[in-house]
Amino acid sequence: MSGPIVDARGVHKHFGALHVLKGVDLRVAERELVFVIGPSGSGKSTLLRCLNRLEEPSAGSVVVDGIDMLDPRTDINHARQRIGMVFQSFNLYPHMTALGNVTLALRKVAGKSRADAEALGRAALERVGLADRAGHTPGQLSGGQQQRVAIARSIALEPRVMLFDEPTSALDPELVGSVLEVMRSLRESGMTMIVVSHEMGFARNAADRVLFMDEGAIVEEGPPAAIFERPAHERTRAFIGQIQRH
Amino acid sequence: MSRWDRFTETFLNTKVMARYLPDILSGVLVTIELALLVVVTGLAAGLSLALLRSLGIRPLNWLIIFIVDLFRSLPPLVVIVLIYFGLPSVGLSPSGFVSTWLSLGFVLMAFSEEIFWAGITSVARGQWEAARSTGLSFGQTLRHVVLPQAFRLTIPPLTNRTIAITKGTALGTVVAVTEILGQASSAMSNSYNPSPLMLGAAAYLVLFLPVVVAARWVETRFAWKR
Repeated sequence: MSGPIVDARGVHKHFGALHVLKGVDLRVAERELVFVIGPSGSGKSTLLRCLNRLEEPSAGSVVVDGIDMLDPRTDINHARQRIGMVFQSFNLYPHMTALGNVTLALRKVAGKSRADAEALGRAALERVGLADRAGHTPGQLSGGQQQRVAIARSIALEPRVMLFDEPTSALDPELVGSVLEVMRSLRESGMTMIVVSHEMGFARNAADRVLFMDEGAIVEEGPPAAIFERPAHERTRAFIGQIQRH
Repeated sequence: MSRWDRFTETFLNTKVMARYLPDILSGVLVTIELALLVVVTGLAAGLSLALLRSLGIRPLNWLIIFIVDLFRSLPPLVVIVLIYFGLPSVGLSPSGFVSTWLSLGFVLMAFSEEIFWAGITSVARGQWEAARSTGLSFGQTLRHVVLPQAFRLTIPPLTNRTIAITKGTALGTVVAVTEILGQASSAMSNSYNPSPLMLGAAAYLVLFLPVVVAARWVETRFAWKR
């Protein structure tokens, strides 16, 4: 397939009087890792959430893996299986074990038997380095481990695209590395990824492209080196300056 | 006759107790029957209303809120009297038993709907989003992710309310239901002795203590490891 795997055009989103996305275009090729940066309130998360229709765009089109996500005839639950999402606050199900978290959608959406789901679930936990924590509940895991279980929950469904919404922002600094490590290995396995994050070091090493968003629009985009070292816009320069001072 | 003898003669009169024990026991059966019906139908109706409310259909939710607020404000006794004496005027004449069941059932429905609803809304938005992002439907998310967490939060207030309302079965006496209190008070007036009332009190204890203990067990079972 040569076309983009994610093709969003002219995406607008209003929350009441608030105009959060002002006609955003985003095309992502297969195996590409796109990084989205920008000040809080710039619409990065909303853009991500419009891609799997957790938010309903007010206007525009979103096509993922050839499926028109906004067509009312699209089976959205089926389509969402192809789009993994990882959240800032992990959002693991606290009443289930790590394995239970990973296998729920495998059993209920993908229709696997319990045995098949558990085999796939264990394999996914193995990939994030937590095979030995399968029987632990989220409350018994560190933040970094919880986020890795959340990643396993998504990749177990074998998505075509993974969306990361500030995956390390809620973590203690010493736990960030383990999550980035998992993301790096995902990247090496060829996963298409769209990452909203301020982990500049990771972006520099792993990203193919960096988008800078401000006030609901993409201000500029380019390879990480260009955006970080020679930003074309004053707003980008100011933002990157602020981030790097910390 | 010492004071203590006079006290036992009046309140713990074994002869009177023995004579009216069968009546009290039949009252226990009626109370159990009534309580079970109220709990099962009241909680089922309350949960159904809370689930309906979660669909977010505005006019329907206004109706649910109106009904729930109505039955939470009215004293159960008033509801019993309204149903028992009021329905015959529209051609229905429910027995005292059915009137009491319906009334307490409606009241438990109203309170439990609010408790279930509070439980459902207390589950973080992120839980919904995580589940929906993996492709689970609204119903599957509710059933597998939200309700198990909501139930755990609702169990303590729900058991309190359930116990309070099942004790309301005693209100059935005003419409001639022969449950524990009804049997005890008629035995009391027949024997000119309040001992049957003590027997009735003992029956309530024997009935409800296990329920309280069971509730505690359910609470610990639903708590998850941290």
